[in-house]
Amino acid sequence: MHELGIVFSIIKQVDGIAKKNNASSVKEVTLEIGEVSGIVPKYLTDCWKWAVDNRSEYMKGCELKIIPIKAKSFCESCEQSYDTVTYGKICPYCKSEKTYLLVGKDATIKNIGVTGI
Amino acid sequence: MQEVKVIEIKKSIFNANEIDADNLRKELKEKKVFLLNLMSSPGAGKTTTLIKLINNLKKDLKIAVMEADIDSDVDAIKIFEGTGVKAIQLHTGGMCHLDAEMTKQGLDNLELDVDLVILENVGNLVCPAEFDTGACKNMMILSVPEGDDKPLKYPLMFQVCDIVAINKIDCMEMFDFDLDRVKGYIKQRNERAEIYPICAKDGRGIDELANKIRREIKEWRK
Ligand SMILES: Nc1nc2c(ncn2[C@@H]2O[C@H](COP(=O)(O)OP(=O)(O)O)[C@@H](O)[C@H]2O)c(=O)[nH]1
Ligand SMILES: [Mg+2]
Ligand SMILES: [Zn+2]
Ligand SMILES: [Zn+2]
Repeated sequence: MHELGIVFSIIKQVDGIAKKNNASSVKEVTLEIGEVSGIVPKYLTDCWKWAVDNRSEYMKGCELKIIPIKAKSFCESCEQSYDTVTYGKICPYCKSEKTYLLVGKDATIKNIGVTGI
Repeated sequence: MQEVKVIEIKKSIFNANEIDADNLRKELKEKKVFLLNLMSSPGAGKTTTLIKLINNLKKDLKIAVMEADIDSDVDAIKIFEGTGVKAIQLHTGGMCHLDAEMTKQGLDNLELDVDLVILENVGNLVCPAEFDTGACKNMMILSVPEGDDKPLKYPLMFQVCDIVAINKIDCMEMFDFDLDRVKGYIKQRNERAEIYPICAKDGRGIDELANKIRREIKEWRK
């Protein structure tokens, strides 16, 4: 399962930050997930509970919040931006293929809520 | 009720893997170990090709294999029985790809007194391409029955691979597989890719592929 590996990697990073800040626990994690990041939020949520309860030091019962980020592309020919998921590689305004992704590929840990500091 | 304090992080989830991967490559470079990441769809012929390749390469190189495809040790046993080289099974828990952290854990279970470690990645053309394992080079196997249009459908996989082996060329006629067409599609995606037609079943093309890997290892140790 793709998302499980990602959850492990998030846990590793968040546990590290909690430790560095001398926190006693992490109560919530907020992620920003790009629409074309390859991560399916529902699958993340599905394995999150099990993973934080079994594989982390500081995150038992930690809540997950996901902010979806819409994917947007930019057309170099007509200099307009458009919705990537609807139109793909081809600009809907001028049909040019000289387009690139502006946002939506990345997934970030936005913030975490900790106790004990 | 304890007070919850918010810490702003703003860190990319994928960056963490890229940092792990770069660190692993540095460590491999220092130890003069070449790690080759081998990817393909399930059944394209990774294990069969590995056995033929290793029997060629083991004459002058010390080799170990890490099996990640999938959670049973059949492939590790096949490699050991077919070549005599050490093969360990990584327990990926049904995961669809490996990241640098998992790769590093696997390497820590091997004694790194070898020249070449080959990682048989999980059989999947999608997400293994998205996660840098920390390998020195990526190689993929496209097998003839999968069709010559695969570089169009899985562009990222072909972009990240420096070596593409086209396996099962004994079946080309049966599957209307056009070697020139597939080469064209691959080059469109990745100018750098070197393409090797092989038949892992009878050994055709294996010498050329083995020599390519020898050259890459030499380059890595410079
Ligand atoms: N006809 C033919 N069959 C092959 C060739 N290479 C592998 N196979 C067969 O393809 C099947 C899958 O091979 P395997 O090495 O297990 O694939 P893996 O899942 O990628 O490791 C096996 O039945 C092999 O015997 C080849 O060059 N020609
Ligand atoms: Mg196999
Ligand atoms: Zn995956
Ligand atoms: Zn346009």
